[in-house]
Amino acid sequence: MPFESLSTEMLGNIYIGLLALAVLLYAILDGYDLGVGVLFPPRNEQFKDDMVASIGPYWDANETWLVLAVGLLLIAFPQAHSEVLQALYLPATFMLLGLILRGVSFDFRAKVAQTKKKKWDTCFKYGSLLTTLSQGYMLGIWVTGLRSDIYAQGFALLAAFGVTAAYAFIGACWLILKTEGDLQQKAFYWAKRCLMILGSGIIAVSLLNLTLHDSVRSLWLESPIGLVLMTIPILCFALLLLCGVVLNRLPEADGKGEWLPFALALLVFVLCFAAFGVSYYPYVVPGKLTIMDALADANSLRFLLVGTVIVVPCILAYTAMVYRIFSGKSEKLSYY
Amino acid sequence: MDAFILSRLQFALNISFHILFPTITIALGWFLFYFKLRSNLSGHPVWMRIYRFWVRVFALTFALGVVSGVTMSFQFGTNWPGFMEKAGNVAGPLLGYEVLTAFFLEATFLGIMLFGIRRVPNWLHTLSTFVVAAGTTMSAFWILSLNSWMQTPQGHEVIDGVIYAKDWFAIIFNPSFPYRFAHMLLASGLTASFLIAGLSAYRLYKGDDKIAPKIALKTATYTAAVLIPLQILAGDMHGLNTLEHQPQKVAAMEGVWHTEQGAPLLLFAIPDEEAKTNHFEVGIPNMASFILTHDMDGEIKGLNEFEGEHPPVAPVFYAFRVMVGMGVLMLAAAWTGAYYLYRRHSLPSWLTKVFIAMSFSGWIATLAGWYVTEVGRQPYLVSGVLMTRDAVTGLPPANIALSFTLYAVIYSVLLVAYMGTLTLMCRKAVNTAEITNEERHSVKLARFNTVQAN
Repeated sequence: MPFESLSTEMLGNIYIGLLALAVLLYAILDGYDLGVGVLFPPRNEQFKDDMVASIGPYWDANETWLVLAVGLLLIAFPQAHSEVLQALYLPATFMLLGLILRGVSFDFRAKVAQTKKKKWDTCFKYGSLLTTLSQGYMLGIWVTGLRSDIYAQGFALLAAFGVTAAYAFIGACWLILKTEGDLQQKAFYWAKRCLMILGSGIIAVSLLNLTLHDSVRSLWLESPIGLVLMTIPILCFALLLLCGVVLNRLPEADGKGEWLPFALALLVFVLCFAAFGVSYYPYVVPGKLTIMDALADANSLRFLLVGTVIVVPCILAYTAMVYRIFSGKSEKLSYY
Repeated sequence: MDAFILSRLQFALNISFHILFPTITIALGWFLFYFKLRSNLSGHPVWMRIYRFWVRVFALTFALGVVSGVTMSFQFGTNWPGFMEKAGNVAGPLLGYEVLTAFFLEATFLGIMLFGIRRVPNWLHTLSTFVVAAGTTMSAFWILSLNSWMQTPQGHEVIDGVIYAKDWFAIIFNPSFPYRFAHMLLASGLTASFLIAGLSAYRLYKGDDKIAPKIALKTATYTAAVLIPLQILAGDMHGLNTLEHQPQKVAAMEGVWHTEQGAPLLLFAIPDEEAKTNHFEVGIPNMASFILTHDMDGEIKGLNEFEGEHPPVAPVFYAFRVMVGMGVLMLAAAWTGAYYLYRRHSLPSWLTKVFIAMSFSGWIATLAGWYVTEVGRQPYLVSGVLMTRDAVTGLPPANIALSFTLYAVIYSVLLVAYMGTLTLMCRKAVNTAEITNEERHSVKLARFNTVQAN
């Protein structure tokens, strides 16, 4: 068996790293297309077609990162997978229903009679919203260590809105990058609004986060590396402020730097994610189950690692290729 | 109802709904690649016209397959935690390889296939079509390997109730895998062929006199005519393999309650689990023994030898007859259709209606076949190693009842919408022009260039 020299600790770290990468990429990639769905306006037909066109070639592959993330959790940490998903059974079910609704609406809306198109558009918007709210709620409950008391519920609800705002924000930034004209102007407006909500959401979630676990509080407030860690939230807010400035200036910038808001949003996602990662390592379920306790058989993980080492770089490469092929403003919606 | 029954119902519902779509896309992907190749080779715009119509069907079908597939990956943890905790060391990496080597490939290149035709060179578009088809087949490879391992497990050891992998080659290429894989790929080929033939026949029936549906009908009917005898052969071999490794499943399929020599082939019967016998038997004497052992008086082990270890008989028995009956119908339709198309270049109107009626016949045969093999594995989840009952969740039944109801509602709506949308697309296609001016122009240009080249 290859990778025989890797210790179980090492394997556990590699797999938690892969899982983190899959979740982060999922949050960014499916984040923007879910966000576009959440922002879907109820009327303006032209906006709707253009918004769908902007995510058309990507959404399928974006969603696959979720399958990979859940798959990795299942493969590497089977005990965590069953504990987390049984505790989050209903929100997970609602998320799946949301994903089903939005995924199919996307295709149906283009093929059905004009009168039914509106119904599928509604399904697309509310399916996306149901997905983002459930994901945020699940994140919240997971952070509390799968608690179900009223305080945890409140925190999870806050997280649900926070995540929805974050997705809508990166979605709006994506639209700024991929569209032009009236829709782009509208996207500027959306991005600014979401930025405000997201900013206050991050503050609230971060502060409440400190009250949930003693170990997290002492890591951030008392340990010697706490000061170093503080650069994360500071940097995060600096980026959000910068983004606010950029959003105000861009409409007069004549098409220059339209990629900036999306890039900044991406960095904010990475930083928030890093903060979570630092807070809860080495747990897969905060305060309850560590990486090593939940780890599957090392030989199975070594077997899968062979494929992972070869295939994941290929996936990243052809994903990058597709983004290059479809770079620039998205084309008018036309179905093949 | 308890969590066990509800979880089984929900899993059956989810996987039954899910399999409908990959069954179409696996083979439809290869059909598209063929259409694209013909278009590249001949330069005739009609092949692109066919491609465009069917790629839209592909996109819709693929989307339904993806969203219902995501649900599956969650269900292992939510409803069958015992499966991953006990068999996860084998199941996990196989599922992992499916995601890594197939899902990303399909989903990413699908983007180029659907939206990239004006953005990438033609060869890359053709390549993308190929990659998507290969991806769907690769996905079938991994998932059928896992399913077959659950049927005929080998290459593992059990320590303290947990399964550990020992020999990956033995696990992936377990005894029933080659047969199940071949059987499923052929099933997909037939499902897609009858769908293409059926919807093309529907367009012709609605007065479409363009050449595209005629060519599509011919291609699909000929394909079906070639595949169906191969499928009967593969099915027979798969049956023999099952007899060797899972004799209790074959006993249930044939309704053999007591070990007998010269067992009849039952065409119809009502199995009675209580009395351990069949009522109203109609059968051909000695035929089951002949098919299964190639000897008129060969011995078939009866269910009496597997007390408490055999599957419920009635569902396996009926499902098997539905599958075989569907296969016979497909054989008759495909060969008659091929005869008429070859000799007269069109179908008589009664046969056109038969084809329309059989548009989704592949679904019925595929589902029935899967019910035979999956129900036939009960009461085990992994044959002889892990009981289904030992893998179930401890969730409150009310939660599962709620999710089951929601899934049932949404899937019913989607199934109706899917079939409705396909027929609507056919009716719309009747009125569109065969060849656009743009295409006509490009063909002229191509001809002009060849003339110059000469």
